[in-house]
Amino acid sequence: MVTLKIDGQKVTVRKLSTILDAARKLDIPIPTLCHHPELSSFGGCRLCLVEINGSPKPVASCTTFARNGMDVTTTSPRLEKLRKTTLELILSDHPKDCMVCERAGDCKLQELAYFYGIRENRFGGEQRVYEKKDSNPFIARDMEKCILCGQCVRICDEIQGVGAIDFAYRGLRTKICPPFENDLNCEFCGQCVAVCPTGALTGKMWDQKGRQNFKEVDTVCPYCGCGCNITLHIWRNEVRRVSSKEETLNEGWLCAKGRFGYGFIHSPDRLKKPLIRTAPKDIPAFTLHQTKPPLPPFTKGGHGGINNSSFILHPSSLFKEVSWEEAFDYIANRLKQIKENYGPDAIGGLSSARCTSEENYLFQKFFRVVIGTNNIDHCARY
Amino acid sequence: MTNSIPEIENHDIIFVIGSNTTETHPIIGLKMKKAVRRGAELIVADPRKIDLVRFSRVWLQHRPGTDAALLNSIMHVIVKEDLIDKKFIMERTEGFASFKESLLAYTPEEGERITGVSREDIIKAAFLYGNAVRPGIYYTMGITQHTHGTENVYAIANLALMTGNLGRESTGVNPLRGQNNVQGATDMGCIPDFYLGYQKVTMPGIRQKFEKAWGIHLSDTPGLTATEMTRAALEGKIKALYIMGENPVLSDPDMNHTIQALKKLDFLVVQDIFPTETAELADVILPAACFAEKDGTFTNTARMVQRVRKAVEPPGDAKEDSLIIVELSKRFGVDMTYDIIEDVFREAGKLWPALAGINYRRIAKNGLQWPCPTHDHPGTPYLFKGGFPRGKATFTPVQFRPSDELPDHEYPFLLSTGRHLFHYHTGSMTRRVDPINRVSPCAYIEIHPEDAQTLNVREGDAVRVSSRRGTIEIMVLVSGRPAKGVVFIPFHYREAAANVLTNTALDPISKIPELKACAVRIERVETSPK
Repeated sequence: MVTLKIDGQKVTVRKLSTILDAARKLDIPIPTLCHHPELSSFGGCRLCLVEINGSPKPVASCTTFARNGMDVTTTSPRLEKLRKTTLELILSDHPKDCMVCERAGDCKLQELAYFYGIRENRFGGEQRVYEKKDSNPFIARDMEKCILCGQCVRICDEIQGVGAIDFAYRGLRTKICPPFENDLNCEFCGQCVAVCPTGALTGKMWDQKGRQNFKEVDTVCPYCGCGCNITLHIWRNEVRRVSSKEETLNEGWLCAKGRFGYGFIHSPDRLKKPLIRTAPKDIPAFTLHQTKPPLPPFTKGGHGGINNSSFILHPSSLFKEVSWEEAFDYIANRLKQIKENYGPDAIGGLSSARCTSEENYLFQKFFRVVIGTNNIDHCARY
Repeated sequence: MTNSIPEIENHDIIFVIGSNTTETHPIIGLKMKKAVRRGAELIVADPRKIDLVRFSRVWLQHRPGTDAALLNSIMHVIVKEDLIDKKFIMERTEGFASFKESLLAYTPEEGERITGVSREDIIKAAFLYGNAVRPGIYYTMGITQHTHGTENVYAIANLALMTGNLGRESTGVNPLRGQNNVQGATDMGCIPDFYLGYQKVTMPGIRQKFEKAWGIHLSDTPGLTATEMTRAALEGKIKALYIMGENPVLSDPDMNHTIQALKKLDFLVVQDIFPTETAELADVILPAACFAEKDGTFTNTARMVQRVRKAVEPPGDAKEDSLIIVELSKRFGVDMTYDIIEDVFREAGKLWPALAGINYRRIAKNGLQWPCPTHDHPGTPYLFKGGFPRGKATFTPVQFRPSDELPDHEYPFLLSTGRHLFHYHTGSMTRRVDPINRVSPCAYIEIHPEDAQTLNVREGDAVRVSSRRGTIEIMVLVSGRPAKGVVFIPFHYREAAANVLTNTALDPISKIPELKACAVRIERVETSPK
């Protein structure tokens, strides 16, 4: 353990902690744009500069280890001037389109510009111009807004173990891109989007779907058994985005399905009315009803060659819509009849690993108590 | 899981067998990668070169269906090199002597002969696991979906027991459950031989407890499993099925057999959020609410009970599944009405002490892991700390048995099925998400480059794949992932459903079908299929 002083307050931290870690332990805010607690230190944005008593130059607190007896100052006129200048330099090559930017209101750069009151910029000059050419369906990259903090590069490499992107070129031409500046073709986990401090990386599906006044609801991802905690961003009666908080079981990490796979909730295919069959059973012979034009394939090699059908069944031709009352009466009568004729063990129930535990409890209780059989199972074996 | 998810990063050895973790449990995959970054060594046993292999110290590419032989020969080496935990074996287990004898035949040479994994790698894996301090074993359906699935699991249990690797933090055996709430559904007694909390229906004392709680006489005959119900429907013994939120037409083996069985029913009710392939065969379809439209809990693979919260209203007249069941029960004169859904959870807690200490207030922010018997109990991150519930754990000798159907002259390829990263299960949800469909639009069969050459097919070509059960047409993906002679098809796609081909042979104990191994024939299709 080492003990040091930050802004006059004493703090003890583990060896190999940085000054930034120590300051965060004391809840002392130090601005950063490239730091992430789960990623390796980068020291790129130079905003976390601090002064150490006895050291002539300010140092980056995210890359400097805390040492015994250090006396650190996190704010002073000199430091604030340096930070403001650094921010001005970053902003001199940043589009001034906060008004239409997806991240406005949730952008670290914008927030810092606001706190440092940067309205005019002393540094004019050349700006980067990049073409937007992503055809992938998940992640929009606006590299003109990229501040080269490298968090996306590090998360893709260090956490995801994929390494789909990296820095390329030098100087003003430096950019972050996939190999050979190809389109992004990766696992599409979207971790890069989650850590991007500006509007350089956003999810295509929530683009222009609203920035403010969302109701946030914490719940659990509906896909695999990991049980990742997700937050649904609701606008009126619509899920418009999914995110995950850092302090959760899954540390804020999600996969492509968890982060981008929520579109089914509001699919037009959702069942909306109880239906009773009117056609004989052998009519639907598992033919494909091609009702939508096939989606253009995205992946390399154009995997769309074989069968691209979006399958939507047309229940209306085989079933009639009924009221809940009618459906309940019909089901109860048929089940009672079968129970009477063949006994309760002629009826079986398949419950759902997708439903809640409470619903599963009620479903098995329905079979054991109401029907009178133990013929109840679910898809644990598939 | 006997451990919890945050414990993964502290393993020193991770042994993954029959789990393509990074695709089927991506976030657990991330924790494994994190462990590797922190210095853990990874052993991967998988017939395919899955992505985790990149992070592994040793990859055991065994033939599908030979897991028991592989594990036995690893254990043979562990015994021979005296890497066993004698104290643990003596204090906490029984049956070691006869079990030890059963391993004699499984020399690394014999292991190599059966599994195709080199004896050096078997020895290497044995030393890595045998010397580990905090090892974790991870498996999924690659272990269980075999006619000897239960025996595979016994073999894994034997390995953990003989090395004393259970009941400690970051040390244990971790089956990864595939669906968001498959743990909860099983916990709640949606299985034919157990009431909730794994209380046997055939045990008189138990049944009386439930009869008293529910105020009704209960059946003492264990019910049929899902796979057995399909068979019984075909035989005319099951006349009616009520399926809530499942799609057996695509998920069960031998699709034609499943369809035939469901068509034979007098009455089929399907309650779902989408018109699935199974719903097509229903007499009544009930529209249900999805996860974002209701309150309740899901229990994840690590036994953690977590809150699910209603965020939006269901579309049209769709109702929460719980309300549907309650309403339907009323038609039978049984009132299961509750005021708030938490009442149902409380009722379950009264019947199963492991949940008694959990309420919605306690899990408002973070979930709790059962067993959690009292309101001041912190939950149980890892199981078997003080010992095993049954007293001493028993070693179960396992002899290798080949899969039910092996490749032969007529059907020369071995087919394995599973999931991939982008789609989920039968695709009823993910195939309705356009962006996901664009990166993963159609079914494919992974074929080894040498096999592709023999078959004279190239990537993107169409092939006809047939088994003794049926035929599908599908696109070729030439890939170094499977071994020569082994092919893989994801089962998400209805237009080329892998389960048309799979075998319905069941494990005699768990009744799980052998979805991970069957024999197929592959032929080139000259014209592009419809």
